[in-house]
Amino acid sequence: MLQIHYFASVREAVGRDREQIELPGNVATVADLVRHLRTVDAGFERMIGEQEQVLVAVNQAVAGDEGAVADGDEVAFFPPMSGG
Amino acid sequence: MAQVSVQAEDFDLGAEYRRLCADAPGGGAVVTFCGLVREYYDVGGADEVRELRLEHYPGMTEKSILDIVRQAEQRWDLLAVRVVHRVGILRPGEQIVFAGVAGRHRGETFEAANFIMDYLKSEAPFWKKQITRNGSEWVNIRESDREALSRWQAADDQASARK
Repeated sequence: MLQIHYFASVREAVGRDREQIELPGNVATVADLVRHLRTVDAGFERMIGEQEQVLVAVNQAVAGDEGAVADGDEVAFFPPMSGG
Repeated sequence: MAQVSVQAEDFDLGAEYRRLCADAPGGGAVVTFCGLVREYYDVGGADEVRELRLEHYPGMTEKSILDIVRQAEQRWDLLAVRVVHRVGILRPGEQIVFAGVAGRHRGETFEAANFIMDYLKSEAPFWKKQITRNGSEWVNIRESDREALSRWQAADDQASARK
């Protein structure tokens, strides 16, 4: 299973703050997961189109397209940070 | 010694300062920074902010701030660091973030506090949404905040080029 979290404007665009999915067989990296979600989830696809920039964290560390995604991981999607 | 707190409650600047002093016996400098909620943020119009909603990623927030503090500790000889960041609903004028650094000398202590704030603004997973009379809007990272980061990175590149 994968735990997926959404934050801030990404959360609002997708319409939920978290979900659990079975790790699809063809997903080994962040890029694979994004491709998968865009195909199966119209809300996710729409969000990607609307957002200027979406960052990804795997197990609470920011990851690039080639970042590994494995069963049991926690993956989060969010816009650039704006704290402080 | 580094301590990080993400909390809804307000903090007391005097108490934070005294804790820093207690954690850094023998230190010669304490620098404290306190960020306040602005009257308005630079997104679209200049509508007065009624409230600011601070969202964060529990777990990753604390980890990423600690990681920023560790990087500062590798650059400078620091004795104690405390960072407090508030979340939830805040109003203009309220305290939002505290960064305090205790060190041996003024120069490095100031630099470390500045470094921690620069990185905190763009690497710790916090997001601000401002609520105005006319609706609500997410606050984006400012160009000047990105430039602040590239300043530290350029200093690193120069340092490694000299080696």
